[in-house]
Amino acid sequence: MGSYILKRLLLAVPVILGITVIVFLIMAMIPGDPATAILGSYATPENVAKLNRDLGLDQPLVARYSIWLWNMLHGDFGQSFSLNRPVIDEVLERFNNTLILAGTSFVLCTVFGILAGVVSAARQYGFADKAITFVVLLGISIPSFFLGMMMILIFAVDLQWLPVSGMYAIYGGGDLPDLLHHLTMPALALAVVATGVVARLSRSAMLEVLRQDFIRTARAKGVKEGRVIWGHALRAAMVSIIPVLGIQAGFVLSGAVYIEIVFQWPGIGRMLVDAILQRDILLVQGGVVFVAACYVIFNIIVDVAQSLLDPRIKT
Amino acid sequence: MAKLTLTRRGLLISGVAAGVLMGTGLPSMAATPPGVLVVGQIAEPKALDPAAVTAVNDFRILMNLYDGLVRYKSGTLEVEPALAESWDISDDGKTYTFHLRQDVKFHDGSAFDAEAVKFNFERMLDENHPYHHTGPFPLAFFFSSVDTIDAKDPQTVVFTLKEPYAPFLSNLAYPTGLIVSPTAVKKFDKDFGRNPVGTGPFTFKEWRANEAVVVEGNPDYWDTPTSLKAVIFRPITDANTRVAEMLAGGIDLMVEVPPVALKEFQNDKYHLVEQAGPHLWFLILDCAKGPFKDKRARQAANYAINKKAIVNDVLEGTATVANGPTPAAFAWAHDDSLDPYPYDPEKAKALLKEAGVAEGTEVTFYVTDGGSGMLDPVAMGTAIQADLKAVGLNAKIETFEWNTFLGKVNPGLDANGQHVDMAEMAWMTNDPDTLPYLALRTDAWPDKGGFNSGYYSNPEVDKLLEEARTATDQSKRAELYKKMQQIVHDDAPWVFVANWKQNAVTNDKVSDFTLQPSFFLLLKDVTKA
Repeated sequence: MGSYILKRLLLAVPVILGITVIVFLIMAMIPGDPATAILGSYATPENVAKLNRDLGLDQPLVARYSIWLWNMLHGDFGQSFSLNRPVIDEVLERFNNTLILAGTSFVLCTVFGILAGVVSAARQYGFADKAITFVVLLGISIPSFFLGMMMILIFAVDLQWLPVSGMYAIYGGGDLPDLLHHLTMPALALAVVATGVVARLSRSAMLEVLRQDFIRTARAKGVKEGRVIWGHALRAAMVSIIPVLGIQAGFVLSGAVYIEIVFQWPGIGRMLVDAILQRDILLVQGGVVFVAACYVIFNIIVDVAQSLLDPRIKT
Repeated sequence: MAKLTLTRRGLLISGVAAGVLMGTGLPSMAATPPGVLVVGQIAEPKALDPAAVTAVNDFRILMNLYDGLVRYKSGTLEVEPALAESWDISDDGKTYTFHLRQDVKFHDGSAFDAEAVKFNFERMLDENHPYHHTGPFPLAFFFSSVDTIDAKDPQTVVFTLKEPYAPFLSNLAYPTGLIVSPTAVKKFDKDFGRNPVGTGPFTFKEWRANEAVVVEGNPDYWDTPTSLKAVIFRPITDANTRVAEMLAGGIDLMVEVPPVALKEFQNDKYHLVEQAGPHLWFLILDCAKGPFKDKRARQAANYAINKKAIVNDVLEGTATVANGPTPAAFAWAHDDSLDPYPYDPEKAKALLKEAGVAEGTEVTFYVTDGGSGMLDPVAMGTAIQADLKAVGLNAKIETFEWNTFLGKVNPGLDANGQHVDMAEMAWMTNDPDTLPYLALRTDAWPDKGGFNSGYYSNPEVDKLLEEARTATDQSKRAELYKKMQQIVHDDAPWVFVANWKQNAVTNDKVSDFTLQPSFFLLLKDVTKA
């Protein structure tokens, strides 16, 4: 097991290095530069050249890339021009906020998705199955940002049950109940689609398992139906559900961008969008590399978890 | 039976989870106490160092934390004393002597004096200044005419200019001229932008990244102190979310209300405030190449476009029709007698015919999808395209993201192997000199470092603008600017489309709020129940 994990980690190094090259080149190639973005209407060639010099952007590409990579290897992601603070501070803070949001959504979609899938499968073609399938289809079909806006109008503007946006109350607050209060709508809006996907795939995974011999054997032995489903079948089905969860984790992370904009959640997705529009090169690069690295590591964890469940996968 | 238990358990789990998430029993809206004003901003500020920032969004906070030597008289764009009680200008227009207000202290307790003023401007302008590295200072060129700054005595500071430069005073009233505490810059160094210290009506309390900037009323303010306890600036980038926050009571004041949302606020619960500003939305026409080389074709474009319809229908009344290159907000320099080009497609057709522009001629039209002061550029571009089509010009629209757009338009419409007949553009300025000087002179063609991307050239305009910038007498300057407006209006190097009216909404707890023509947000005199 140890050598498997080590191998996967070593393989991740070139992947991340490749990402640094790609994101660096993209930022270097897109039209517009930070000086133009900062100066706006006042971007005369002279002012732009001076500001680029002040920002250290007048050096050749290779030099800029090497400096960036070298500094990053030393834990220095540089300073954001548009926010005037170290990139790593901003990225960590924002990523943490996104993790709270995406993590909650992930838990929600896992719990409700598997629950719905298992119930559906256990009562195939029954009323519960049809009702769940209908709701799931509806959930998958609604774009999350639209759902988010509708939720704001209903629950925040009309009913005034929940706050419109932000992560904490602007005055007072700042504790866990306050956070949960602000988290409810964005987390639900973000979880809906993923829940649907997990539910559908859990259902088919369960149906496949339920047809197998060991289930019939268990039932014939007189094992209680609850135990058959939750104990025997679900455990076997998890082997095909877990990779789906891995994909959904990536989905909620990237889907968080829209939700973060609609609900003004101070997460990393919104940060990256703003940073790209501002041509805040170091912030974009640092943010993308950080997120990509997390994604790679997360995938390794998923693979390891899968191989623990099913020893055949270990290579 | 077993299956049923299952479902029940599922229901139970979901119920508990939902309950936990809803944070049961919490009051939904922690209403802000009296005297605390929550402002919905359009973005997170970059920094609270006035010398280092360029965005109106940041200025809205800065104007409440700092003072400049001079400021705009309320409701106008004319300067009046602020930290400087008075000033003398030498006859040659090159020496400005400012007499500073006594007993003004920065929020950190250090004294405001001539040395502090000197420190401020040298930090920006002198590359060898020990605190120049706290920049970059992108708008330092506002003061590039300054040669030396002398602190004659603690209450007197003398600016010597390289050449006479009339907009100097109004540039001092611009946020870039706000005075920061030298002691605080030395203490916080590069972090000063997150630890601002000024002399203004509000003192900085805290900046919670991506959440809020909190400032508190300064009871020791040298001018009448504010009655507000605190102001909280919240960045809410999405306009729909900002509107929802306003409707839900999460903010007390919101700026830049999207035109489509205005009707939500036209009732007793809200006050809607509007103010036209020093903004111009125009089309740059290529005066060097293509159909618009001919003045008659450029005039035809001005006649062809239905500006009233754009302002009323596309912009829902959030702008007024522009009559020339100088916005009406510069009341003292604006020629009120100049009528906007009326909407007259027949006249446009006749002029095009005279200019020998065949019906169906194709023109390339650069449109942006957003950008500062650009209002609703895609919808406006489409409306303009339709109007031009009606007089026989086929505008081919190419749309670019704002920074890309600037990168294509600023170097010139015929630069880098492209030929563009027209491009959208908008400017917001603080002096009637700025826009025409940077974008209409022959010496402001892009290859000379200016913004005259359409290659307009009229020696008389050049002369008038040079003269106006060196005249120290305001009525003399006004006369020159008015003459310039008449010529440019007739030459029509641009299609003059609209002047933006800034708007804001407050709820009924807020009183005494007004918007300024400078587009600055001044909150000192606002009260909140």
